[in-house]
Amino acid sequence: MQSFRTFARPLAVAVLAASALTATADTPKQGGTLIWAIQNTPRHLNPAVQSGISTGQPGTQLFAAPLRYDDQWNPHPYLAREWHTSDDGLTVTLKLVEGATFHDGMPITSKDVAFSIKTVQENHPFKTMYAPVERVETPDDHTAVIRLSQPHPALLLAMSSQLLPIIPEHVYGDGQDPKSHPRNSQDVVGSGPFKLVEFKRDEHIILERYEDFFIEGRPYVDKIVMRILKDGSARTIALENGEVHLSAFEQNARDLNRLKKKDHLLVTPDGYAAIGPIAWLAFNTQREPTSDKRVRQAIAHAIDREFLLNAIYLGTSQEARTGIHPGSPFYEADVEPYDLDLDKANEILDGAGYPRGADGMRFGLTLDYGWSGIKAPAEYVKPALKKIGIDVTVRAAPDFPTWAKRVSNHEFDMSWDVVFNWGDPVIGVHRTYLSTNVKKGVIWSNTQGYANPEVDAILGEAGQEMDPEKRKALYSRFQKIVAEDLPVYWTYTLPYHTVANRKIGNPPKSIWGTCAPLDEVYLN
Amino acid sequence: MKALALIVRRVGNGALLLFAVLILNFLLLHLAPGDIADTIAGDMGGADAEVMEEIRARFGLDKPFHHQLGLYLARLAQGDLGYSYFFQTPVTELIFERLAATLLLVISAQVLAIVIGTVLGVVAARRPNGATSHAVTLLALFGYSAPVFWTGIMLIILFCSIFPIFPVGGMIDVRVEGSWFVRGLDVLHHLMLPMVTLASIFLALYSRLARASMLDVLGSDYVRTARAKGLSEFVVVYKHALRNALGPVVTLAGLQFSGIMSGAVLVETVFSWPGLGSLALQSILARDTPTILGILFFSSLVVVVANLLTDLVYSLVDPRIELGERN
Repeated sequence: MQSFRTFARPLAVAVLAASALTATADTPKQGGTLIWAIQNTPRHLNPAVQSGISTGQPGTQLFAAPLRYDDQWNPHPYLAREWHTSDDGLTVTLKLVEGATFHDGMPITSKDVAFSIKTVQENHPFKTMYAPVERVETPDDHTAVIRLSQPHPALLLAMSSQLLPIIPEHVYGDGQDPKSHPRNSQDVVGSGPFKLVEFKRDEHIILERYEDFFIEGRPYVDKIVMRILKDGSARTIALENGEVHLSAFEQNARDLNRLKKKDHLLVTPDGYAAIGPIAWLAFNTQREPTSDKRVRQAIAHAIDREFLLNAIYLGTSQEARTGIHPGSPFYEADVEPYDLDLDKANEILDGAGYPRGADGMRFGLTLDYGWSGIKAPAEYVKPALKKIGIDVTVRAAPDFPTWAKRVSNHEFDMSWDVVFNWGDPVIGVHRTYLSTNVKKGVIWSNTQGYANPEVDAILGEAGQEMDPEKRKALYSRFQKIVAEDLPVYWTYTLPYHTVANRKIGNPPKSIWGTCAPLDEVYLN
Repeated sequence: MKALALIVRRVGNGALLLFAVLILNFLLLHLAPGDIADTIAGDMGGADAEVMEEIRARFGLDKPFHHQLGLYLARLAQGDLGYSYFFQTPVTELIFERLAATLLLVISAQVLAIVIGTVLGVVAARRPNGATSHAVTLLALFGYSAPVFWTGIMLIILFCSIFPIFPVGGMIDVRVEGSWFVRGLDVLHHLMLPMVTLASIFLALYSRLARASMLDVLGSDYVRTARAKGLSEFVVVYKHALRNALGPVVTLAGLQFSGIMSGAVLVETVFSWPGLGSLALQSILARDTPTILGILFFSSLVVVVANLLTDLVYSLVDPRIELGERN
């Protein structure tokens, strides 16, 4: 694809293009230092006990998972050379690569896999990932047999990327609490392609090629320097002038469009399908008047997705019609889209018994948002809903905890929010819609208070359906029902982009993007 | 002896001040809605109720306010600033990791602002209505009124993008290896833009003050006497007049130290300077109470010490000022 584009350039740069083509067609080169800008200091580097992309990016370089995924949602062998699911779906057997070692030279065995699964099951915030695991048997050093209480189609995905790092039992099994283990940030002993050289908070994380990595000849680069650059403009300029080779999760539309014009940079939205960030307007379905489905639908008809996509995000973002990311195989685009239709919205509200008052207003609603990155869309809702007689008071929270407190305690009418899918719907989608997950004080639970027994039943079934086609049909029905009930109105995907210098061969574009091992990346 | 008495009194006042800072901040942080458990859950992309409760229990946030405060003060009395909730590292370690970077930035910016500001002020005072004087005034007002983060970003665009001679951020280039001298130069290279940015705000104050103060002094009798003695203009201005004109500048320098610490928060964020400022911002946003309290404690300490030093410097610049006297 990249070479095709290079060919399509005008003749004047044909010579350059030809050399660029040979460069990309070349076999990967060994050596070099990759300079990678990251936006925050992670709490620590152990993804087994810490979710989130800050830990995920360095964590997946340090620790290998049993499986890895390509850009089409296909699993591939990684630390597990093969895997097998029994017909009843209750047993998953992993065969590990032989001769793999941790960064301290100790062999990676099935005992470490069992220990890692246990650690994640007990400490990771995403409880649904390993809840059905009853035990892990280790008949020999290279075989791990996972016994489940119910079929668990999300398991394979939950064994990839940062969701199941294989951590050494001889380091983390010393009885200390793994969540605050000192080796989570110092002297990390990993299983992945790169080992830790230095982690300096607010400065950098330096990684070095692990010579005895279990994939022969990989990784290609000798060293990765992850520079912590918090300021977006500074990162943009560092990418422009070549000081930095790679940066992911960039989402400032103006900066992105500026960087797209640079010939030496690749700016791609690929690599975020699994993380699956969706922005939406959430409704409190337990409070008048947003408890009325018709009110929610009218509001959706008054909000112009095109405006959000084109005027605010300048074409860098994608439409999201449901709670499942458009990049997921389970996405159902054929749902009620709630196109902009003010007449219809007014009609619905009149019919629902909310006539306009003397001042032209029907009722007032509050709208909360918790961080500055989503100020523009949140502020847009106010004038948009004024047109249908709803007086919106936008409440900008001074910081994240303030917003989280309000919303998680259900003290809101509407809230502008961004929620991640985290790969399989069982991990990041179910939580928003299951009536059993209405939990006060917990952010990103079902804070809308939405309850529909049919949705509960479908999700329960889909969470255990091993047949991909049947599972897809279940999620399709789920998306149609929820689009009708509208506990949240989905609008767009976050405009996350990866910006990579064209010197980089094999830039990370799998479904996990940069939250996956960069052992295939090389520098020209 | 008087110097000693002053130091003792100042230290006593400082300790009281620090105590008040701690209590007030502890109270304010407690009043704000939300806590570290929300931050951690947010940072992790969600968590369930048990995890949230466990986090609160681990940091003692489920205990009543007076209990938490008592525990904190008891530990502080033993010199223990506690553990950062967010980084799970002793706060003292976090602060000392960054103290040097912040002091380097703040002190170099302060020195730069004082030296350049004073020189500009003096030059402007020589011909108060000349073109140089107007240019200095203009420059000073511009530096003072421009928001510091804007100045920073403009300098980044100018010197990292248009003329790429300085790095966009950080304190060191990890690829630079060699002797301490080579690495020192590398730090200096990284320091340049943040230092100039931070100095730009205070440059204005110092140059205006030095100019006014010089104008005042240059009109006094002893300067006329000096000129009448036939001393060269250079000696008159820089040896006789400037020394007397420096008093107000030193006062301002002391007072500005707290201001420059807060300016550092923004500059450090723009330039990814690994100092206390960026740690402070992150901790405030994360509700990392022990770290915020620790940083506030340390910056108050720095300000108290800086003010004490200012008083001592007074007596060096102007021996007529006696230490320990209050009028």
